[in-house]
Amino acid sequence: QRKESLRSVSVDLNHDASLLIDIPDALCERDKVKFTVHTKTTLSSFQKPDFSVPRQHEDFIWLHDTLVETEDYAGLIIPPAPPKPDFDSPREKMHKLGEGEATMTKEEYTKMKQELEAEYLAVFKKTVQVHEIFLQRLSSHPVLSKDRNFQIFLEYDQDLSVRRKNAKEMFGGFFKNMVKSADEVLISGVKEVDDFFEQEKTFLLDYYSKIKDSTAKAEKMTRAHKNIADDYIHISATLNSLAADDMTANKKNLEKLSDLFEKFRKVEGRVASDQDLKLTELLRYYMRDIQAAKDLLYRRARALADYENSNKALDKARLKSKDIPQAEEHQRQCLQKFDKLSESGKKELTSFKGRRVVAFRKNFIEMAELEIKHAKNSVTLLQGCIELLKSN
Amino acid sequence: MATSSERSPPPFPDSEDQDVLDTEEVRGRDSDEDEDLFGSPSTSPVTGMDTTLTSDVSMKPPSDIMNDPLIEPMSSQTENKPASEPSDDFFDLTNNVSVVAAAATKSDDFVDILGSETGAQRGEVVKADVTVEATIDKSEVTAGITDPLSQQEAKQTSTAPVIDLSGDSQPVTSKIANPLVDLFSDAPPAAEAKKPSSANVDLFDDEEGSDIFAEPLQTKPAKQLQKSLFGEPDEDVFGEPLGAISKKPVPKEQKEKSVTTKVTAGGPLQDSKPANIFSQAAASTPSVTSTVNSKSNGVHSEEEGDIFAAEATVELSLDSPRNERKKEAIAKPSAPTPTSLPAAASLTKPQPPALEELEEEEEEEEEDKFDIFVSVKDPEKIGDGMNAYMAYKVSTQTTLPMFRNKTFTVRRRFSDFLGLYEKLSEKHGPNGFIVPPPPEKSLLGMTKVKVGKEDSSSTDFVERRRGALERYLQRVVNHPSLLQDPDVREFLEREELPRAVSTQALSGAGFLKMINKATDAVSKMTIKMNESDVWFEEKLQEVESADQQFRKLHALVESLVVHRKELSLNTASFAKSAAMLGSAEDNTALSRALSQLAEVEDKMEQLHQEQAANDTFTFAEMIADYIRLLGAVRGSFDHRMKAWQRWQDAQSMLQKKRETEAKLLWANKPDKLQLAKEEIAEWWVELHRWGAGRGVGRDGRIALAAWC
Repeated sequence: QRKESLRSVSVDLNHDASLLIDIPDALCERDKVKFTVHTKTTLSSFQKPDFSVPRQHEDFIWLHDTLVETEDYAGLIIPPAPPKPDFDSPREKMHKLGEGEATMTKEEYTKMKQELEAEYLAVFKKTVQVHEIFLQRLSSHPVLSKDRNFQIFLEYDQDLSVRRKNAKEMFGGFFKNMVKSADEVLISGVKEVDDFFEQEKTFLLDYYSKIKDSTAKAEKMTRAHKNIADDYIHISATLNSLAADDMTANKKNLEKLSDLFEKFRKVEGRVASDQDLKLTELLRYYMRDIQAAKDLLYRRARALADYENSNKALDKARLKSKDIPQAEEHQRQCLQKFDKLSESGKKELTSFKGRRVVAFRKNFIEMAELEIKHAKNSVTLLQGCIELLKSN
Repeated sequence: MATSSERSPPPFPDSEDQDVLDTEEVRGRDSDEDEDLFGSPSTSPVTGMDTTLTSDVSMKPPSDIMNDPLIEPMSSQTENKPASEPSDDFFDLTNNVSVVAAAATKSDDFVDILGSETGAQRGEVVKADVTVEATIDKSEVTAGITDPLSQQEAKQTSTAPVIDLSGDSQPVTSKIANPLVDLFSDAPPAAEAKKPSSANVDLFDDEEGSDIFAEPLQTKPAKQLQKSLFGEPDEDVFGEPLGAISKKPVPKEQKEKSVTTKVTAGGPLQDSKPANIFSQAAASTPSVTSTVNSKSNGVHSEEEGDIFAAEATVELSLDSPRNERKKEAIAKPSAPTPTSLPAAASLTKPQPPALEELEEEEEEEEEDKFDIFVSVKDPEKIGDGMNAYMAYKVSTQTTLPMFRNKTFTVRRRFSDFLGLYEKLSEKHGPNGFIVPPPPEKSLLGMTKVKVGKEDSSSTDFVERRRGALERYLQRVVNHPSLLQDPDVREFLEREELPRAVSTQALSGAGFLKMINKATDAVSKMTIKMNESDVWFEEKLQEVESADQQFRKLHALVESLVVHRKELSLNTASFAKSAAMLGSAEDNTALSRALSQLAEVEDKMEQLHQEQAANDTFTFAEMIADYIRLLGAVRGSFDHRMKAWQRWQDAQSMLQKKRETEAKLLWANKPDKLQLAKEEIAEWWVELHRWGAGRGVGRDGRIALAAWC
């Protein structure tokens, strides 16, 4: 299945014309999705100005992980890795639909199938989109766009053949997360020296929990819209078959009603998908982005704790008059790292804030416009139907 | 922000219920007010008020209209106003209004005497006169006396409607008045009397009233009729009024006489006048009197408020046809000898047919347009624990003359509704009528209500049931034949209804019913009816498939409602969450945007809720109704099949008997032959009885055609 991907909508980025990346094409083979990553650049660090490479989801994860692990980028918000493509739910539904085929009329089944295909397509598009955004975030970042691994990722025209993480590594990653959370708790006792970061920390923690909640709720809401759209299909089909049996003047009314529900179905489906795209996706993306910002804060807090510890070690060394230069050097390095992190972190967080506001604004406006459009559509449909029924 | 987030919208059913309740309450209040008004008017001799009140009481919304005409005459009388003490006396007697009007209509002098306030209901007055005459007949009062009496009675009658409205217990008086009126109408003042009688009819829409009309005609002694109809209360009422009348007649005699004289002398004139007045009232024919009426209207409106006037005009137009009819009726028994009792009596006899005709005509009219609206309101839990039950207020608004009042309200419990259905389906089902089915008993839903959980599902349940009951009753009264059923009228009107026992969930009767149903089902399978009528075959198939489809549709709509409720719930929680997010957001503009989003989502949640409620109450419930109706349609198919089977049985039996008869004839056994002949006759009758069952098919066809 080959699908055209849509231009990303969730995140507003300052596009730097010197490096433009998009995913014009993607191919879905079973569980694997192959993305065609297309790059257009004027930078001399690339051999060609225009090239495309095939990449898989695992390659994106690899790129993300290497960036996170790069010491130099500790003071940056590393764009969140795109989530794993998940086609399970549409597939499952398709399966269920196949089972329930006998209970439906042919028309009903076809419509349901179309609906599912549309849903599948939407999921697919969204997947492509988040991968694309990840790369665009990197390319628009002054530091990260220069990253060697990133450039390799874009340019190397062979399969990167990143091996999938084995079980041990998976467990290791899990363990690392555990340690990190425990560490977070430990170093939370360290007294913050900078009001900006103190504020930022409470804000992000609070915001993260809220946005996580909102994301879940928005998702549920979107799904409810979808359910209603599905109900409309069945109701419309049933009304239609009722109309087929009916030989009286009511026949026309039933047909009209069936028609109305069918149109409603489309509107409701659009409402659901637009809400999903403009609202849920936005929230979901920023939920992950805030997690990335929180990671930055963690790294900085870690550096602060290290600095405090090195101070203590220096004091101790001075007390014992042993290894003083080493301790001094360590303390100096820690301070330097901390200062560097603080400085770039401050910059990153400020720009993140601006980015967030802009993206929310843009998406909310678009969503409101779409909702109004759909609502108007509904009203027109209803009015038309009422008039038709009255004129009968 | 915070507030919006905190405010959690009430669960949908509650809100819905509340809305409904609100409206109901409003209505209830209105009715209460009406009652209050009535009560006060009755005590205080403000005729204008009284009349309005009475009119309100007697008729529900439509009743208002009726009232207006009455009022108008009153107003016209008001011109004569020089009301005097006698009027006060009258008031006292009647408590309410103004029967005086009748007098006014006839003669100004009379008007003067009676005066003042009451003028309102000429019609009533006339009626009163009639009644008086009737009573006179019995009581052997002199003509002059009768007039006063009649006036008094008229007042009483007029009061009676008021009383009915205010208190159910006293409808007797009104009824009495009606019979009297009827009698009266026979008499010479007939024209007027009749007109009034029409007015009376309008006033007293109750079924009983119409009954009374019919009956009185048959039986001479108005009193007896009254008594039989209304039991003790009648007697009491009459007794007092009569006594009072007898006393008062002396002073008033003059007036009465004048009235009578006028009547006699100007019999034609009067006739024409009243007719005019009425017609004017009806607003159908514009004449000199109409101007009077308009004036009266103006007066009234001033006195009573614009609302009344407006209603009055509308109702007048409605009434007009009736009035005309009445005029016709009046024209027939036109022999004008008001004072002579014997004449009145003789008149009374001829009149009945005329009245019946009127009734018939009116019924025809009913069939054309159903001027009856039944509402079921104010579900109220009565009792506690498992003995608890829900009682509903059943209010009827009607302009149909078969009902005594324009509006009346009774309390009914759910099993009463079922009982009504049982009676109707027993009576009419076998005739091929499609008897609208009531909502099913729901043990689960009711148990929840009984347990007294005030959760949304139980209020939801009660509201659903209330709506279903209302639609059920409306369907019943919209059925031209069912509306004529005395049980229906009784259900709508009678204060206390004998408890319907057979509807108990697992009572003996219920058990029997179940067995009956089972045998029916078996016989349905065993009977192979070779359907001779293609039309029925097609229809049966149509109905069956429609039933199936409707069931499916109902399930779908129910799931749609569930999903909508889910959506509303999810929207609400998202709204809350967005509000929280907004409060966490440190960018002021974005924070504001988020809280606005939360507000919008909050409103949307309300909308989704409303939509879910609408889906339930207008869509799902309607479909459920049709499923039930389809069940009833199938029931009529079954009845037809049963009738057919019996007919077949009878036919084959008859055949057999005939054969034996032939044999016996051959064998020359006269004794047995006689027996055989008897049997043949018996079966012949049986055959025809069930052959008539084919009529069921015809009726069923008509019903079905109407339904489809």
